[in-house]
Amino acid sequence: MMLPLTLREVSFLHIIKPLSLEIEAGPSTVILGANGAGKSVLMRLMHGLLAPTSGRVAWNSPGRQAMVFQRPIMLRRSVLANVVYALEVAGRKADGAMEALREVGLAHLAHKPARVLSGGEQQRLALARAWALHPEVLFLDEPTASLDPSATREIETVIRAFDAAGTKIVMATHNLGQARRLGDEVIYLHQGRVIERASADRFFSQPATAEAAAFIKGELPWD
Amino acid sequence: MLDIFTEVRLWEIVVLSLGVSLAAVLFATALGLPLGAAVAVGRFPGRRTVVVLLNALMGLPPVVVGLAVYLLLSRAGPLGELGLLFTPPAMVIAQTVLITPIIAALARQAIEDAWREYEEQLRSLGAGGSGAALTLIWDTRFSLVTAVLAGLGRASAEVGAVMIVGGNIDGVTRVMTTAIALETSKGDLPLALGLGVVLIAIVLALNAAAMLVKEAAQRRYG
Repeated sequence: MMLPLTLREVSFLHIIKPLSLEIEAGPSTVILGANGAGKSVLMRLMHGLLAPTSGRVAWNSPGRQAMVFQRPIMLRRSVLANVVYALEVAGRKADGAMEALREVGLAHLAHKPARVLSGGEQQRLALARAWALHPEVLFLDEPTASLDPSATREIETVIRAFDAAGTKIVMATHNLGQARRLGDEVIYLHQGRVIERASADRFFSQPATAEAAAFIKGELPWD
Repeated sequence: MLDIFTEVRLWEIVVLSLGVSLAAVLFATALGLPLGAAVAVGRFPGRRTVVVLLNALMGLPPVVVGLAVYLLLSRAGPLGELGLLFTPPAMVIAQTVLITPIIAALARQAIEDAWREYEEQLRSLGAGGSGAALTLIWDTRFSLVTAVLAGLGRASAEVGAVMIVGGNIDGVTRVMTTAIALETSKGDLPLALGLGVVLIAIVLALNAAAMLVKEAAQRRYG
């Protein structure tokens, strides 16, 4: 069991102020906040792409984690080869690649070059790469920020499938609708600080801080 | 002047020129691409110095390279035993030294640009070091064609290095550029000009072919 993930007095430059946080197994976690609140940096600190300026990021035990970025990076090869690549780098057999493509509805495009796919299809391929790895934890950094509503729906369906399959979802978003649809609990980030953490129901119905309340109402945070 | 195109000797010269330059490009590519990728992806002390050095070495004067290789291969030199001086292999060695930095420096730039784009994704998947470098070489293959072509252009156009280490021996180490230099100094301008036209035509044809292949592949893979 990789989780819980513990962040102890973690800071990053001036972007993330020293914060302590524990991410437990189970219900999906949404990191919510305005642009520039530090969501992406916090995700990268947790995933290990950034080293904290101070403090410690510790997993309960080593295990498989994956991350899907706002802008998916497709390798210049076929759709199937992109998934096979992820499996090979992880030291796994390539068997599961086709099944992962079926899971996200891309099996019929398996032999197309990945770079000519639409934005929504590319993001689904990024999810297939993650799916094939069967991660215990999946980080998603604004996965639908540059997609249209129908592509967003498709991505959210796949994210729910991850959740149903027992993968812990940790997703950063500034999209309130998405946070409500996918989040079980909300971590609200404001200017590099966690100022509120609550179940999604509670966060949206009775936000405890004025900043969160303003964000939910769609008010500009500097008013 | 048209007679030269029917002469057997001319085609011998053309074949030797192409053989030497293509062999040099092959070796320089095998050395330069991994070197460029390693510098692009690697983080080590002195990395910026290496980048500056590689870029500067793109401008290596062929005669200086020729002289250095000459000293290495001459009877009294460290590699004199091999008896390679004034043979085509010596010319291949000199041209390889000349164009490896060109291919490495251009590859380094292309791969570093790609690394900036791919780094987070590749590290997230667990690819780093040589694995990431190989992935990037394959993913930038269309840009790297241009780097290799630049090396080929330099190799087929230079006179100084092959003149010094080859010696421009008729029927053995005479290539197009050294023949042109010789015929010009002898005053046979039509022959020199004819050879020049052939040289340019060959370089054009090679580049056009490479461009067509690259574009077709790029349309296919995006």
